This record gives sequence, structure tokens and C-alpha cells, in this order.
Amino acid sequence: MNEKERSRYLLKVIPWIIPLLLLIFWQIFTANGFIPSNVFPKPSDVIQAFIELMKNGELESNIGISAGRAIIGFLIGGGIGFIFGLFNGLFKGFYWFTDSSIQMLRNIPHLAVLPLVIVWFGVGETGKVFLVALGVLFPIYINTLHGIRSVDPKLIEMGRVYGLNRFALFTNIILPGALSSIFVGIRYALGVMWLTLIVAETVATNSGIGYMAMNARDFMQMNIIVLSIIIYALLGKISDLIAKLLEQLFLKWE
Amino acid sequence: MVNTSRKGIILELSHVQKKFGNHEVLKNIDLKISSGEFVAIVGKSGCGKSTLLRQIAGLDQPTEGSVNYDSTRLKGLSPDVRIMFQDSRLLPWKRVLNNVGLNMKKDNLQSARTALQSVGLSDKETDWPKSLSGGQQQRVALARALVSKPRLLLLDEPLGALDALTRIEMQSLISSIWEDEKFTAVLVTHDVSEAVFLADRIILIEDGAVKLDKPVNLPRPRQRGSVEFAQIENDVLSKILAK
Repeated sequence: MNEKERSRYLLKVIPWIIPLLLLIFWQIFTANGFIPSNVFPKPSDVIQAFIELMKNGELESNIGISAGRAIIGFLIGGGIGFIFGLFNGLFKGFYWFTDSSIQMLRNIPHLAVLPLVIVWFGVGETGKVFLVALGVLFPIYINTLHGIRSVDPKLIEMGRVYGLNRFALFTNIILPGALSSIFVGIRYALGVMWLTLIVAETVATNSGIGYMAMNARDFMQMNIIVLSIIIYALLGKISDLIAKLLEQLFLKWE
Repeated sequence: MVNTSRKGIILELSHVQKKFGNHEVLKNIDLKISSGEFVAIVGKSGCGKSTLLRQIAGLDQPTEGSVNYDSTRLKGLSPDVRIMFQDSRLLPWKRVLNNVGLNMKKDNLQSARTALQSVGLSDKETDWPKSLSGGQQQRVALARALVSKPRLLLLDEPLGALDALTRIEMQSLISSIWEDEKFTAVLVTHDVSEAVFLADRIILIEDGAVKLDKPVNLPRPRQRGSVEFAQIENDVLSKILAK
């Protein structure tokens, strides 16, 4: 192994040292009772909980339910945000008519309407999907609008000189020009999506990962609580990876 | 209206005046450019030459007077006209070939290939514009302008951002393509030597008015080192710099 390869190898290993040490200390301190098991579970207990819940199918169905809520809420809210961003970016009339109202609504923290949502929709699916949609709508709206408005006017002028009609101008210049900003909005919205879902599922629900965690709390099953947290983290990571992949696919030229 | 004759446009400006607020940028400009003629417009920066080009292109409407193509008054952009800008204005998200064939069907890119060939960049078809040098980007822009066989080509300081050697190369390329295609060409530049090398006629704009209209009667291809070349270049330069 030459010098260069060795240093590249080291750079891959170094970031994992601290997580690995933490994991080792976690196991040691919980196994010898230094940290009581009703404060924090052993890693092995968490793994055991994972295997058990996988076996009886509870984990799978709860992940499926949570992911379903997240995706449906994201598609509805993101879709509305994208359409408003598009229309307000393209047509001044729409912008003047709707932008101020949207900006006013944006200033309400969407989690603050949770009590209202529970009164309206109870603890069923609608309320959670509604809340997720409300949360992702604004970042997608703002970034789509900003993306379209910041497309280089020189490129649009070129398109007009070269005989592109309005539709061709949109598909060839305006949309691709706005795309990288739209992706910034998507990635931010994905974070909001999971956060909203966690809160909604923890406060008002009868299924899903958040419910699993809250239910475990009632029985002091610390390992299931920690497992739920880890699964949320993994879902967040996976959705971010998917967004990154899509970005690489659509923004190859960058 | 489809024009079947591919001859260059006859361009006529009569009493063209352009005001921005109270500021008069173009003052009563009259100009006639015949079909297939290559005219260079020179002048100090801020003299109004780029504004003049925008009126000729139909990107802007003059405050007074009119721009006519083949004796028909121009009302907006025309499909017979293409502009080459100072910045190449290539779309960074399209590969070179698709930039050239911007307004063409995906399955009909043959003429785009031919145009790329004529600027010597056939091997760059699938490259992204970002990976090309400044000179190569302007060649792609030239190919994009030529692909629709324009009858009037407007060049807005297209070589201003290039280094001296690339610039000379591009001038020869533009010259030979113009001789083949016979379109009418209007070049805005601040490089007098470029104007003498390319143009049949040099027009000097000062304070929004035509100060000099000088024919360049040199055989092509022109020799930059020749006495006559230097003579004309010097004449125009001294007129520009004269107080």
C-alpha cells in the first residue's frame, strides 16, 4: 500500500472511530449496571426488540403506516406548494393575488395548529397527513418561486430570439433553471416531513412508529423507545439519500 | 409567411430615435444595409451601439422612426434573424448538440450536427457547455445561430471576452461562413481591427448619431499586416478618438 492509498483508507476509517467508541461504552456502562436499564437500554436489548418486533410483524406494519403518511402528506403538500410556486413565479397576476396570503399563513408554526387538527380530524389518518402536507407546502413553495424568479433573464431573452414559444421557453429554460432551487426545497421539506410526523404520531395516534414508542413508554420498554428513535433517524437518512440520487439524476450538468 | 429565397435581408432604418425617459440614446439614425452586406458598428462604450442593435433585432421598439426588413416594417422578433451575444448564453443543462438544435425536434438533429461540423466541434456533441473553453463556447453559439439559416445575423461583441489568438481564429471562421451563406450581417464591436477585417462597411456611432460611414474596399481574405489595412484602421481610430 503506498502513501496515498493509505491516507485515503485512513480518511474513510477516521469518521467512524467516535461512533464505534460510543457504541462500546454504551454496551459496557449499561451491561455493568452503571446506567440503570430503566434510564437507557443495552444495545443488545435494542437489537433483541428489533428482532422480536420484526418476527411478529408489528415493526413492519408500523413503518409502513408511518412511511405511507409521510409520502401521502408530502405529495399533497409538496404538489400544492409546487403549483403555487410555479404559477406565482410565472404570472405576476397570480403572484400579487396569492403571495401575501401564503406568506401570512407561513408565519404560523404548523405544529401550533395540532390541537385544532385533533379537534377537526380526531386521531385518524387525515389529521396527520394534513399536518405533514401543511409543513412541506411552504418550503417547496418558496424555493420553487425563488428558483423560477432567479432564472437568468439573459437566457430567457436568448430563447425568445431563437424562436421558442412560451411552452418551449418553460420546458427548455425556466424549469431546468429553477430545478436546483426546487431540490433545495425538497430536501428541506423532507426534514420537515419527518419532524411533523414524529410530533403528530407521538401526540395523537393509534398506529405507526410514534405510537409504538409511546405505547412502549407506558410499559417502560426502553429498548422499543430507543429502537423507534433509531428507525426515525434511518428513515430520515434514506429519504435524504433518495433526494440526493434524484438530484444527481436531474442535475447531471452541475 | 415563409420566405423561400435565402438571400440576406435588406435592412433599412429610417429616423430611428430611442429615448429612455428624458435621455436620448439614439438620435435620428438613417441607415440602409443591402442584402448580404457585412456592416460593422463601432464606437466608444455607451455611445448607443448596443441599443441600436436591439432595435434592429426587434428586441426593443424605437421611440420614433422604424426598422424595415425588405421594406416591411418590423414589429417584433423575426424567425429570419439570429443574434450572437457577447456571453455565449448556452443552456448549461443541455449538451452541446442539443444547445445547437435548441428549437428542433429531438429526432431531427442532423442539421445541428452539420452546423457543429462547420464550426469544427463535431467531437464535442455530447459534452456539457461548462466543460468547453470560452472560444469553444462561442463556436457552439455560432453554430446555434447558423443552424436555422438566418437571413440576418446580428453579432453583439461576440468575441469581446476571448483572448487575442482565439479572437483572430474566430474572425476568420465568421468571415468564411459569411462568404458561404451570404446572409446580411451586423457586427457591434469596439475592436476596430476586427471591424476592418470583417466588414464591407464601418459605421461609427457617437452620442447616438452616425459620425462616419466608411466602405472597406479590400480584397478577401484580408491581410492584417497590409498597408491599406493599417491605413483604414488608423483612419477610423483617429475619428473615434478625435475630440
